[in-house]
Amino acid sequence: MSQRITVRAGGVSLRFHARSAAVTTALFVAMLAGLVASVAVGEFAIPPADVVNTLVGAGDQATNFVVLDLRLPRALTGLLVGAALGVAGAIFQDVTRNPLASPDVVGIASGGSLAAVALIVFTEVEAVPLAALAGSLTAGALLYVLAWRGGVQGFRLVLVGIGVAAFANAGISYVLTRGRIFEVETAYVWLVGSLNGRSWDQVWPLAVGVGVLVPVILALSRRVAVLGLGDDVARSLGVGVERSRLLLLGAAVLLTGLAVSAAGMVSFVAFVAPHIARRLTRSTSMLAAAGCGAVLVLSADLIGRTLSPPTEIPVGILTSIIAAPYFLLLLRRARA
Amino acid sequence: MLAFSVLASLAIGSKSVPFAEVIRAFTAYDGSDAHAIVRDLRVPRTEVGLLVGAALGAAGALMQGATRNALAEPGILGINAGASFAVVLAISVLNVGSTPAYTGFALAGAAIVAIAVFALGATTRKGPAGVTLALAGSVMAALLIALTSAVLVFDARTLDEFRFWIVGSIGGRDGSVALTVLPVIAAGLVIAFAAGHSLNTLALGDEVARSLGQHVGRTRAAVSLGFVLLAGGAVAAAGPVAFVGLAVPHVARILAGPDYRWIVPYSVLLGAVLLLAADVVGRVLVRPAEMGVGIVTVLVGAPFFVWLVRRPKLVAL
Repeated sequence: MSQRITVRAGGVSLRFHARSAAVTTALFVAMLAGLVASVAVGEFAIPPADVVNTLVGAGDQATNFVVLDLRLPRALTGLLVGAALGVAGAIFQDVTRNPLASPDVVGIASGGSLAAVALIVFTEVEAVPLAALAGSLTAGALLYVLAWRGGVQGFRLVLVGIGVAAFANAGISYVLTRGRIFEVETAYVWLVGSLNGRSWDQVWPLAVGVGVLVPVILALSRRVAVLGLGDDVARSLGVGVERSRLLLLGAAVLLTGLAVSAAGMVSFVAFVAPHIARRLTRSTSMLAAAGCGAVLVLSADLIGRTLSPPTEIPVGILTSIIAAPYFLLLLRRARA
Repeated sequence: MLAFSVLASLAIGSKSVPFAEVIRAFTAYDGSDAHAIVRDLRVPRTEVGLLVGAALGAAGALMQGATRNALAEPGILGINAGASFAVVLAISVLNVGSTPAYTGFALAGAAIVAIAVFALGATTRKGPAGVTLALAGSVMAALLIALTSAVLVFDARTLDEFRFWIVGSIGGRDGSVALTVLPVIAAGLVIAFAAGHSLNTLALGDEVARSLGQHVGRTRAAVSLGFVLLAGGAVAAAGPVAFVGLAVPHVARILAGPDYRWIVPYSVLLGAVLLLAADVVGRVLVRPAEMGVGIVTVLVGAPFFVWLVRRPKLVAL
């Protein structure tokens, strides 16, 4: 399966795995289908044809409201959160060369959550998304500075990350024991990760972030592959190791922060999406990881909304419940 | 140090009792408030602290030795997640309402999950393999955490109880808790002390160990059994206390060198000291309220751990 295709147009040439390209295309088709399904299905069902009509601007007023104001922003938030987490997880796993690493494990998401939960429990201020973003970025900066020792080595980054994560998680537990139960409940739902009632306010920052960062990361993805060979090899091949790593980790931290600020601590996606993508494409592909993450979050939210209406099961619960058995299956098959 | 922290644990709290009074509570019990506090509240608490700390230290040392991975800790293999889920079910479905009563459920949950992880992920003919075991464990943990969250999101009453258990605490334990987990942890400690020599051989790598005549798979299985007993007993008694099991063996390795026949006993002692000390600090820090020992161990332990891994020469396994 190492068949490669090269496309040349003018001075630019692109070269990619045939299998990666096929899988990625399939994932993006699934993602679009998931998007249309998320908009169509719900208490007020809308036929897929009408969904498409509304999107191109030819719907009636009621459908316009349901589609454009309620369901589309929610579905887009889910899609973007999934994609952002998938890419961020892939970067952390590649840069640290550790299959267990992810933004959750090294404390980025926990840092954001600590800030958000503290704000919910201790204050009346309505700036939870901002706090989550700031908390994530702080945790990321702290991680990088503490792990710096004449350069950031993958193994040390993971160990320091475990320390940062433990600290933030203990902080979260502490905050939860201090608050009154109704605030704690709000904080807990936020912690689990939910897309309930998300609007265009959540979509825009995410869309800008993903739109800017993902192309940058894709442009750097050649370097990711080289970094995976080890620092010495990468350096001898002419890659500026520290600078690439800083750029990539910075992008991953930003993506994680944006995702956490939009939907809360949706767990497991950043860990599992790159693994599934890697096993499907049999190579490292950031786009496939983004696709896997997006499909996972979209389908989890769709199931959570439709399983037992009007109760909505938070998306963060279902991402694990859907993906964990599938991943165990992949693990078993890999051993056979 | 151990003796001192035991004494401190008996003496210090929201009501301080002088050291001399503590000793008199045992030699000449007079039924006064101070004596009753020491005998009925602080002694069981200290017993649990000793057991849990020792168990966590030993469990971490065993697993880091068996997987040769610096990140192996008692939460790995989903044991804590299994215990948590069992406790949540006990509160939510069976209406169990007291901390000591959670012990049995947590123990059962931990055991079931440990068996499931081994059956699912990792038993090949040669015995459990490191990375697959860790991956299967973390996936299992994620699944159980999700199920736990599913209950908690819709059940505020359970969340209200559970949020105090999950931080890890040894407060409010009566004598029955220590008695329940004592045989489990004791059995685990026996295995841990017996395993030192085998772990030394394993540390040389599977190939070398095998060529020295060791049955690698069998060793790893025995060590894993000891680990499950220790980690399960600890989480049952105190809830998921983070970090002690991860950090203590690294400190022991620095103090005692690479020989597991020394690392294990050092980890046992250090674990007990750290846990008791953290518990005492937790009682004093936000007096008259208390801070769960699981939180204090991290507040103290995490910065120390970061300092440790920032040293120029990282202690490799």
